[in-house]
Amino acid sequence: MMKALGRIAVVARKELRQVRRDRLTIGMMVMLPLIQLMLFGYAIDTDVRHMPTVVVDADGTPAARDLVRRLEATGFYDVTERVGGYGQIADAFRSGQARVGVVIPRGYSAALVTHHPAEFQLVIDGSDAQTVASAEAGAQAVTEGLAALRRAGVDPISMNISIWYNPDLRTAVYVVPGLVGVILTMTLVMFTAMGIARERERGTLEQLIVSPVRSVELVIGKIVPYIAIGYVQMTLILTAGMLGFRVPFAGSPLTLYALASLFIAANLSLGLFFSTLAKTQQQAMQMSFFFFLPQILLSGFIFPFEGMPAPAQALGHILPLTHFNRIIRGIVLKGSTVADLAPEIGALAMITGVLVLLSSLRFRKKLG
Amino acid sequence: MTAVIVTEKLSKRFGDLVAVRDLSLRVDKGEIFGVLGPNGAGKSTTIRMLCGILDPTSGKGTVVGYDIAKEPERIKERIGYMTQRFSLYEDLTVYENLEFYAGIYGIPRRDRRARLDEVIATAGLGDRRKQLAGTLSGGWKQRVALAAATIHRPPLIFLDEPTAGVDPVTRRTFWDEIHRLASAGTTVLVTTHYMDEAERCHRLAFIFAGRLLDEGRPDEVIARRKLVALEIEVDDPDHVREALRARPDIESVEPYGHALRVVGRDVDLEAIVRQIVTPKRIAPAHPSVEDAFVSMVRAEG
Repeated sequence: MMKALGRIAVVARKELRQVRRDRLTIGMMVMLPLIQLMLFGYAIDTDVRHMPTVVVDADGTPAARDLVRRLEATGFYDVTERVGGYGQIADAFRSGQARVGVVIPRGYSAALVTHHPAEFQLVIDGSDAQTVASAEAGAQAVTEGLAALRRAGVDPISMNISIWYNPDLRTAVYVVPGLVGVILTMTLVMFTAMGIARERERGTLEQLIVSPVRSVELVIGKIVPYIAIGYVQMTLILTAGMLGFRVPFAGSPLTLYALASLFIAANLSLGLFFSTLAKTQQQAMQMSFFFFLPQILLSGFIFPFEGMPAPAQALGHILPLTHFNRIIRGIVLKGSTVADLAPEIGALAMITGVLVLLSSLRFRKKLG
Repeated sequence: MTAVIVTEKLSKRFGDLVAVRDLSLRVDKGEIFGVLGPNGAGKSTTIRMLCGILDPTSGKGTVVGYDIAKEPERIKERIGYMTQRFSLYEDLTVYENLEFYAGIYGIPRRDRRARLDEVIATAGLGDRRKQLAGTLSGGWKQRVALAAATIHRPPLIFLDEPTAGVDPVTRRTFWDEIHRLASAGTTVLVTTHYMDEAERCHRLAFIFAGRLLDEGRPDEVIARRKLVALEIEVDDPDHVREALRARPDIESVEPYGHALRVVGRDVDLEAIVRQIVTPKRIAPAHPSVEDAFVSMVRAEG
């Protein structure tokens, strides 16, 4: 037993030395999370704000100017120019100078006064679906607000929307916790798969097979450093997210770190499984990426899970990242407890169990 | 003499393919035992079984006193293993590589440093201990690999084509080291394709198609084949070579510089040659291990 522990320590130490010597790997381990954080936190905002907007004001009344001001106040529209007609709106769309056009027809304010339906038109560049949704949402809010004002004194029916956990609807708040799972998947699966494939490729695995080190000791020794690296990455992302993007941490960090071990084990097993299939490091990398893409797309990291068709959801349910995303978002954003998350934890534990079993069976067979 | 390797009718089948068939061997302590045979003859399979990493289909064997099927873990602790690929971690230094294997083979922490210093001194690696293994030349890599394979002072080492692709000077140094280890009591089992190396072994085994063809000291093996050899110089070597090769009682005819080397088995070689050509020069030659090897493989068809 002591001998086994000693050998595990020797393998782990060797692995750490190799990681430390490989600048590229270290760079990837630290920079990857930070770059992804920047990309997803700043650049990718599914709520499109500050859309450049051109206005055609054929009415030219104070009421029309009031409407434009109200639209601007939503933060969705930045009025860049006043133009003369549809032709110029089209020009602005084609050149990318505007994404939205607001057309206020002659007689807009007159209609308001005479209690006829007052109409204005929103012209939206539909080449980007996200723009359409945001542009519509903003105008909807303004119209409803105006309608309520006009009915004032007649007991208007008002709708009050209250958004919890992420009231400002900032993308970073839900992307950052999700990013933890994505980065862990990428790092752990790839480095485990490549680590073993590298030993095979260089012939050192053959040397180890004839040595007293047992396959389980070898695997544990190789994996331990990456578990540590996984936790470092997770801490890095969450800390940077809290400092840089004001992501709250509502729940218990201890619960999160404990549950992350399940997810880490799942990914390491997958990496191990790939390593038994791959003959070269390159193959190992390709397999990892092949697995990585569906995880990103189907786990609810980018696209809301509820919006996916049933077969995609079914596939998503067997991916560890799907469940880990729910767990980490639950703990970080909502302060969920283990009891709250029991079904997700159960599912993740089951997936992890199956993966550990499969990969250790396959690994043993392949080495022995 | 104490036997370090003993096998009895050891066989290994992979499906329909019989990789090793009824192999019975005995290797004594301090012997350098060479295993010869063409690629695919079953050499590697044999070594893998002896190392305890491949279970035999039938037959039995003991290595350093332990049963290969039942006690492979004991065997692994007591053998050294080195292949032509010198399995070193290229991104670790010479010292780190050796330290790693010292740890894997369970050399106690307090003895580790002394043992490392010792093997580094023996292998003449003092100036290179901090050099990355990947930047070493082939000869130096081979030295480090041998030092790594013997770091735990194994009573038995397996060398699987250890000198493939290494220059002749380095090979000589390497074989000096092998003989030094053997004099100190280490048993060495080596596979090779180099016939000059085969002749440096104490004893040889010829393996072909999974079977043991012959076994014994190099001179014994050659003598048992009853081989005779001649070196001749003729005017039209291409023609003479073809004519001699057509004769069933000639084992081999090979160009040897300007001369032809003719080998026959238990025949009056000179008479046969003179039936075909009158050589400008004719001289007796020593039949070699290579001749014996080619002759045996030829006899197997």
